Amino acid sequence: MADKEHQERINKAKRDWEEKKLEKLLLKRPERKENFVTGSNSEVNRLYTPVDIENLDYLEDLGFPGEYPFTRGVQPTMYRGRLWTMRQYAGFATAEESNKRYKYLLEQGQTGLSVAFDLPTQIGYDSDHPLSEGEVGKVGVAIDSLEDMEILFDGIPLDKVSTSMTINAPAAVLLAMYIAVAEKQGVTPDKLNGTIQNDILKEYIARGTYIFPTQPSMRLITDIFEYCAKHVPKWNTISISGYHIREAGSTASQEVAFTLADGIAYVQAAINAGLDVDEFAPRLSFFFNSHNDLLEEVAKFRAARRLWAKIMKNRFGAENPKSRMMRFHTQTGGSTLTAQQPDNNIVRVAVQTLAAVLGGTQSLHTNSRDEALALPSEDSVRIALRTQQIVAHESGVAETVDPLAGSYYVEALTDRIEKEALEYIEKIDELGGAPSAIDNGYIQKEIQDSAYRYQMEIEAGKRLVVGVNKFQVKEEPAKGLLKVDPSVGEMQKKKLEKLRRTRDNSKVSQGLDNLKEAAQSDKNLMPYILEAARNYATLGEICGILREVFGEYEQSIVL
Amino acid sequence: MDKPIRVLVAKPGLDGHDRGAKVIARAFRDAGMEVIYTGLRQTPEQIVETAIQEDVEVVAMSILSGAHNHLFPKVIDMLKKRGAGDILVVAGGVIPDDDIPILKEAGIAEVFTPGTPTAQAIEFIRENVRR
Repeated sequence: MADKEHQERINKAKRDWEEKKLEKLLLKRPERKENFVTGSNSEVNRLYTPVDIENLDYLEDLGFPGEYPFTRGVQPTMYRGRLWTMRQYAGFATAEESNKRYKYLLEQGQTGLSVAFDLPTQIGYDSDHPLSEGEVGKVGVAIDSLEDMEILFDGIPLDKVSTSMTINAPAAVLLAMYIAVAEKQGVTPDKLNGTIQNDILKEYIARGTYIFPTQPSMRLITDIFEYCAKHVPKWNTISISGYHIREAGSTASQEVAFTLADGIAYVQAAINAGLDVDEFAPRLSFFFNSHNDLLEEVAKFRAARRLWAKIMKNRFGAENPKSRMMRFHTQTGGSTLTAQQPDNNIVRVAVQTLAAVLGGTQSLHTNSRDEALALPSEDSVRIALRTQQIVAHESGVAETVDPLAGSYYVEALTDRIEKEALEYIEKIDELGGAPSAIDNGYIQKEIQDSAYRYQMEIEAGKRLVVGVNKFQVKEEPAKGLLKVDPSVGEMQKKKLEKLRRTRDNSKVSQGLDNLKEAAQSDKNLMPYILEAARNYATLGEICGILREVFGEYEQSIVL
Repeated sequence: MDKPIRVLVAKPGLDGHDRGAKVIARAFRDAGMEVIYTGLRQTPEQIVETAIQEDVEVVAMSILSGAHNHLFPKVIDMLKKRGAGDILVVAGGVIPDDDIPILKEAGIAEVFTPGTPTAQAIEFIRENVRR
C-alpha cells in the first residue's frame, strides 16, 4: 500500500535525522529536562510526525463538524455562524444586589446569565436555619422563596435571556421557582432557555453540596428529564460536570472519564425509569474545565466529544444525532489561579480561553484575576469578559472550524485521552457503575492521588508556577477586593419572617402535604414542587419535606 | 523517640472544597503525624467534640466559602470552654489579608493562604505544638 510505504519513508527519515542531527546536538546542548510532561503529567515526545497518527482514519475518527462523531465540533459552521455564549457566573449577597450585577453584565455585552447561589440555598436550608449562619450570601445569592427569585430576575425578560443555574440537590425547586417567575412575566415554560446543573454524582465526588442519598437523588433527576421533555422542551435538564472533578485535582483524562461515567449513570437511570433515550438525551449538556496546558486541553474537549458520541450510539443505541452530540459549557480553571501576583492570572485565563475556544465550547465563563483572594470585583469581572471578546474578535481563532485538527501532536493527544478515559470507564463498569465507584471511594481516591502528586511536584520544584515557586516578588496586600455585607443574613431573616406572616399558610401546608404524599409514591415530583413554590413555600420547607421522606446522604471519606 | 503529633483536619461550615484539606491531611500523615479528617459540613460543636474525643494536639481547619470570621472563633471559644485551650489551632483557605489579624486575635495561631507549601505548615506545627 502506498500509505504504508510513505510511513516507512517518514520513519526512516526520522531515524536518519535522529542519528545525524539530533544525537550530536544533544551531546553539545542537552534539553532543559530529562522528561517532558503535560499539565496532567503525561509524557510528551520531542516531535510528532504522521507516524504518531498512522491509525487515524479521517472520515471515521474526525469526520465533519456537525456530524458523528463530532470530533470537529457540534455545529457545521461553529463560530462562523454564532460565537459561543459569553456567560459569567455571578451572584452574591441578596437578590437585589445580584440583579444589579446581572443587568450590568448584560449591558457590557454578556449574552447569557449564570446564577451562583449561596451554600445554604445549594444545600436546601433557608437563611434562618442555624447551619446557615455565617454563610448567607457569601458564595452566591441567597434564595429562600419565589419572592427572592422574582427580585433576582426583575426587569430581565426570561423569554429573551438564557439562564444557567448552578444548582444540584435542590435543582427541581429552583427550576420550579424560575418557571413560576416566568409565569408572572407572562412567559410560558416552552419559551424558557437555560440550564440547571442538576448533577448530583459529581457533588458526591468533588463538590459537596449534596442533600439526599443516591437513589432518591437519581429519581429527582429523572423526574426533571421527564417533566422538561413535556413542558420545558428547550431547557438543558442537566449539566454533567467535569469542572469540579478537575478542580479537585484530577488529570485531564480523569476529568473526561469520570464525567462521562456519571453521564452513563444518568442515561441508564432514565432508561430504567422507562424514558426513551432519544426523548431526553438531546437536552443533556456537559460542563468542563479549561486549564493551562493549551494543546492537551484542546485535545481533551475533542476526545470527550468523540467518546460520548460513540457511547450514545453503541452503548445506548441513540438514533437522534442530537442525542449523540456533546454540547458543553466551559469555565477556566479556578485552581490554576494564584494568590501571588494576581494580575498574572489574566494571562492564564487568556490561555485557557483559547483552549476552550479551540476545543469548540458552546459557552464560556472566564475567571477573574482576584478569585484566589475573594469574590471578583466589578473591574476584574470586566477584564475577564473582555478576554473572551478579544479572543472572539481579534485573535482569529474563531474564523475557521477546529483549526488544530490534523496537528500530529493534537491528534495523538486526542487519541491518548480518549483511550485513557475509556479504560477508566471500563474499570468503573466493573465496579458496578459510577454510583458504586463513588460509594466505595474509588473515584475520589484516584482524584486525590493526582491532586497530591501535583502538589508535591510543585513543592519539589519539578513543576513551576510563576509567582508561587519561581519569580516571586515581595507583595503588598491586594486592594479593592469585594466584601459581602455581613448584614445580608439579617436582611434575609427579616424577609423570611415577613413572608411567613403574610403568605397564605393554609395553601403552603396543603402543598407541602401533597408533596410529601407524592414523594412517598412513585409520582413525578415536579408538578408538586412547582405548586408549593408558586404558593411561596420556602426552599428549606420543600427540601425539609424531602429530607423527611428520603433521608440524607452520608459522605464516604477516603484519604 | 517523640510520640507522633495528633492532628484533626476539619472542614467547618457548608463549603465542599476539600482538595486542600485532603492534600494537607496526607502531607501531615507523610510527615509522620497521626491525622484524623472530619469530612465536610462540621459544626463548631462537632469539631470540638471530635478534637477532645480524639485527644488531638492540633486542629487544622479549612474554609473557602468566606464564613471563616464567623466559624473559626467559635471553635476557639468552645475549645477554651471545654478546657482544651492548649490545642494549637491553625487555619487555611481563601482568607483575605484584612481578616488575618482578626483571626489571630481570636486565637488562630497561623493562617495559611493559597500557594503555601505544605512543608511550611508542617514546620509551623512542629515548632508550635504545645507538649
